[in-house]
Amino acid sequence: MAVLLLAEHDGSAVSESSLKALTAVAPLGAETHVLVAGGGSKAAADHAATLQGVSKVLHLDDEAFSVRLAEPYAALIAAQAANYEHIVAAATASGKNIMARVAGLLDVMILSDVTAIESADTFERPIYAGNAIMTVKSKDAKKVVTVRTATFSAAEAGGAAVVEAITAPGDDASLSEFVSEDKAQTDRPQLTSAKVVVSGGRALGSSENFAIIDRVAEKLNAAVGASRAAVDSGYAPNDYQVGQTGKVVAPDLYIAIGISGAIQHLAGMKDSKVIVAINKDEEAPIFQVADYGLVADLFEAAPELEKELEKVAG
Amino acid sequence: MKVLVPVKRVIDYNVKVRVKADNTGVDLANVKMSMNPFDEIAVEEAIRLKEAGKASEIIVVSVGVKQSQETLRTGLAMGADRAILIEAAETVDTDVEPLAVAKLLAKVVEEEQPGLVLLGKQAIDNDCNATGQMLAAVLGWPQATFASKLEITDDGAQVIREVDGGLQTIKIKTPAIVTVDLRLNEPRYASLPNIMKAKKKPMEMKTPADYGVDVSPRLEVVKVVEPASRQAGIKVGSVAELVDKLKNEAGVI
Repeated sequence: MAVLLLAEHDGSAVSESSLKALTAVAPLGAETHVLVAGGGSKAAADHAATLQGVSKVLHLDDEAFSVRLAEPYAALIAAQAANYEHIVAAATASGKNIMARVAGLLDVMILSDVTAIESADTFERPIYAGNAIMTVKSKDAKKVVTVRTATFSAAEAGGAAVVEAITAPGDDASLSEFVSEDKAQTDRPQLTSAKVVVSGGRALGSSENFAIIDRVAEKLNAAVGASRAAVDSGYAPNDYQVGQTGKVVAPDLYIAIGISGAIQHLAGMKDSKVIVAINKDEEAPIFQVADYGLVADLFEAAPELEKELEKVAG
Repeated sequence: MKVLVPVKRVIDYNVKVRVKADNTGVDLANVKMSMNPFDEIAVEEAIRLKEAGKASEIIVVSVGVKQSQETLRTGLAMGADRAILIEAAETVDTDVEPLAVAKLLAKVVEEEQPGLVLLGKQAIDNDCNATGQMLAAVLGWPQATFASKLEITDDGAQVIREVDGGLQTIKIKTPAIVTVDLRLNEPRYASLPNIMKAKKKPMEMKTPADYGVDVSPRLEVVKVVEPASRQAGIKVGSVAELVDKLKNEAGVI
């Protein structure tokens, strides 16, 4: 049976995380359909149709689905479920919100934050903040899966799927209502898809000092992250948080500045290809996972790093 | 309005997790267990609602081993009024799946008729992030997950949610399910007098059979292994050396 992938999109293109989730389901070797919903989402549906591995796009052009409320989305997906053995989304905030509700509606267990699909019924997922990796075999007829996308590459163009219009199963929108959204405005790459991430920790000491991290990130066109300690101290906004309780990233280069390396932080970045740690405490656990460690005061090292990077770029 | 707060007994978040040598799971024998930190935040929020006159009674409920009584007593000591333990596991190694927990909680909801179910967004052991959403699905109730602010209004609640890239505000009708995120509040410590008082608060003992719910697992654990460990690399002496290595050795800049 086929795979249904719930796509996130901005109206014109499928999101990076959904493209990665598409790559993750490839080992299933099954016909893959992509669900694109939302008002004025034709361009995103057309984009989905061009992706490698996609054989059909289910498109719902409906304003009620433009904001991703769990209740109508879960009802929509459950209504399509009869034709699918696997129902998959990226493990984003929205994916986790919707898909566990879908599983509840279908009376099956959710497979959350899957990091590898071993076969049609066997999946690998981290537990205990990534301190253990569990392989589970599902006995349910349908598998509802969210994929932790950090280590997958984005699916590329190379398909020509049909786009089929579908209708909503009925009005389930009365349960909840969207009020507003407050998203950080930035020209920088998204934290979860950036090639380079520069993160700051509690050692920065204040939100003003956190600008040091911004300046280094700017030189590398990097996304900015933070440890939970820095977020809890109010030095950086919560959506910067890298770690088990925040975002899981796997960039080509991760630079941790003034971060000691608590287990919960390591769980969010240890799959990065190259890790750099700058910390004045040479016993800091972050050095145990770093490819390149520099024992130094960040207030001296970070500005110097900024200058050196400028030289390299110039 | 009654508030129901499901709480889970999990390995204490400060304990280093060790995978068992036979790869069947994580070693939970003789390790410190505590209330799931996210659930603590849910209990705290319920108490604040009661203090603000928005909630009339707080019921904590736990599904798991007999020792989950301790977790429920913690909730009672913080300020919950009574507790229900659904003993659904014989050994600490049995993790009752979120789907089964959601079905049991749905039965408790039918009996107790709370206006709000407040629970942690995920348990720090299985990291499923699912029980709240599944309970909402089973009951056909609205859900507001990952809450960082909760405001009870005349006809429901307004919730600020932590989403990717920022915050989202939604309105939900009640009764509803709200799952809580880290920044919602900072849970209080139970005072010694309150810990003593909690010992006298009522605790009902139930089993899944009492509710007619099948809790047999849908997922079979094939194996549990240690994550691939990363080798520590080298220490560099200066920023200039670091940048040189990144450019010429690692090739990442």
